[in-house]
Amino acid sequence: MRTIFRKELADYFTSVRFLILLVLVLLTSAATLYFDFKGISATTDTEFVFLKLFTTQPEGIPTLFTFPSFIAIFFIPIIGIALGFDAISGERTSGTISRILSQPIFRDSVITAKFLAGLFILSIMVVTTVLLVSGFGLRLIGVPPSLEEIFRLFTYLVFTIIYGAFWMGLAILFSIVFRRVSTSLITSLALWLFFGLFYILLIAPAIANALAPTADGTAEAILQNYELELTLMRFSPNFLFLEASEVLLQPPPVGSLLGVIGVIASGLASWMTPNPLSLGQSLLLIWPHLTSLLCLTIICFAVSYVVFMRQEIRAT
Amino acid sequence: MDKGIVVETKDLTKSYDGVTVVDHLNLRITENEIFGLLGPNGAGKTTTILMLLGLTEPAVGTAHVCGFNSTREPLKVKRLVGYMPEKVGFYDNLTARKNLDFIAELNNISYTESQHQIDQLLKAVGLSEAVDMPVGKFSRGMKQRLGVADVLIKKPKVAIFDEPTAGLDPEGISQILDLIANLPQMGTTVIMCSHRLYEVQQVCHSIGILSKGRMVVEGSLDQLGREAFAGGRYRIEVETTESTPQLVDTLKGVSGVTKVETEGNRLLISADSDLRTEIAKIVVQSNIPLVEMKIHEFTLDDIYMKYFHED
Repeated sequence: MRTIFRKELADYFTSVRFLILLVLVLLTSAATLYFDFKGISATTDTEFVFLKLFTTQPEGIPTLFTFPSFIAIFFIPIIGIALGFDAISGERTSGTISRILSQPIFRDSVITAKFLAGLFILSIMVVTTVLLVSGFGLRLIGVPPSLEEIFRLFTYLVFTIIYGAFWMGLAILFSIVFRRVSTSLITSLALWLFFGLFYILLIAPAIANALAPTADGTAEAILQNYELELTLMRFSPNFLFLEASEVLLQPPPVGSLLGVIGVIASGLASWMTPNPLSLGQSLLLIWPHLTSLLCLTIICFAVSYVVFMRQEIRAT
Repeated sequence: MDKGIVVETKDLTKSYDGVTVVDHLNLRITENEIFGLLGPNGAGKTTTILMLLGLTEPAVGTAHVCGFNSTREPLKVKRLVGYMPEKVGFYDNLTARKNLDFIAELNNISYTESQHQIDQLLKAVGLSEAVDMPVGKFSRGMKQRLGVADVLIKKPKVAIFDEPTAGLDPEGISQILDLIANLPQMGTTVIMCSHRLYEVQQVCHSIGILSKGRMVVEGSLDQLGREAFAGGRYRIEVETTESTPQLVDTLKGVSGVTKVETEGNRLLISADSDLRTEIAKIVVQSNIPLVEMKIHEFTLDDIYMKYFHED
């Protein structure tokens, strides 16, 4: 397995794909720093100033492009899919799969090694992005992070990697199920567009409005509608991760989430406490998110594993 | 399992969607021989090979390679068997050497040993100048040659080649066939699938013809020729100015002659061996002027076509 792992890593490092993703990392970091440069001076908060580096939203920039939303909706799914979509179908197209599997190795070590190598690259990308923003941001604002902020960032990193592993696992699953590279890529992308954009922006609000209409305008109806929508949206892994990252990076939580989705009802603003949650409470709040994401990742991997073990490998 | 039998299948059966592709196949391949597996497209050759390697599970029956059950102990079988698929593929971004390195490493061959092996093998298949060229730039024939080297790097007990000469130039074909023909001397048993019957005839010691998943006929080329043509393997055509029943009778009496047919002034003689000198002597002795004498040796083509015309 170590041999395959090493080869996969070498393949990634020398591929054009890696360079493109690296450029994406640099651009994301640069954009976030630019936002900080434009908007961070406007902040009046005195708590968690360092984390503000990751959440600042200057005027005129849509919420979709702030760091946490961008990472949840675009950056991580793209990297995950890019790393996984041709894992097995690529080998099948090039005809190498039957040659490799006729060597004395366990079949599962092929898929495990590919998954681990992808995870390694993914981690490099994510850590690079966060470190770039932290490093240059530190120069920009001159406020060192507190211990709690460091801990929150670290937890955020772990979350992000698990979230990325989910998308990669999904892409690998499709690369096993479908014979063609293009089919597996398109299916992964379609699922990403659905859950990342259509579902949370259009479908979930539509269902919530249909089931719990807010026409009479009472606070109770609005609350009901909001809760239903939140529940529905949590079916999207993108939203699940976004919610968790908001809690971690933007300690006065939940309210800002509603801003992203644009469903905030004026009556609710007073319902939210402006006080930041403590670290322990934040973690408690997102524990279900973590387990759900981890579960999704494990399910993807387990299904890939089972399908691959039973699959017949033919050269033609 | 008997001594000297390297590959043995018992009632091996596999079906896809209700269609039986391999049907109670019983195959025995002796150590250090070159076995040619023939048959029309879709006869079940590749499926049989996949089951031998443990890449596909048989529905019924067992396959044993070197005493190991292919389904239960695929790793032990794969350690001993080298397989070159019909559409052999390599990592295009890696050089020929790196591709072979990877396979050697998967087989736990030490680096120093594999380097030595790679140099030798690439020379044997005629690729020594392309060692450090990315495989993406290789032609089909070059990939085919690399595929042969790839099988041999692990010094297999059994080497399976599926269409090893497809896409090769004439020189490449003879190079590869020479290489394959020498393998039994080094203790490797070879199974070779090919549609080029002439090549199979050149290198294979014994031959099995598959059709619709069943073994139609199996044995050495001589045996097959005798079975397929009750007459024997050689046909000698004699043309004389006249033909007499007496001559026909005399010819029938020659030992080794199995059949004599007349066709005007032509005599068609079937024989076990090349009896041209004896026949010429008899014709001349009976004072009949000999016009022409031709000999046909049956090739595998004739045998193959005979079996498939009967279908």
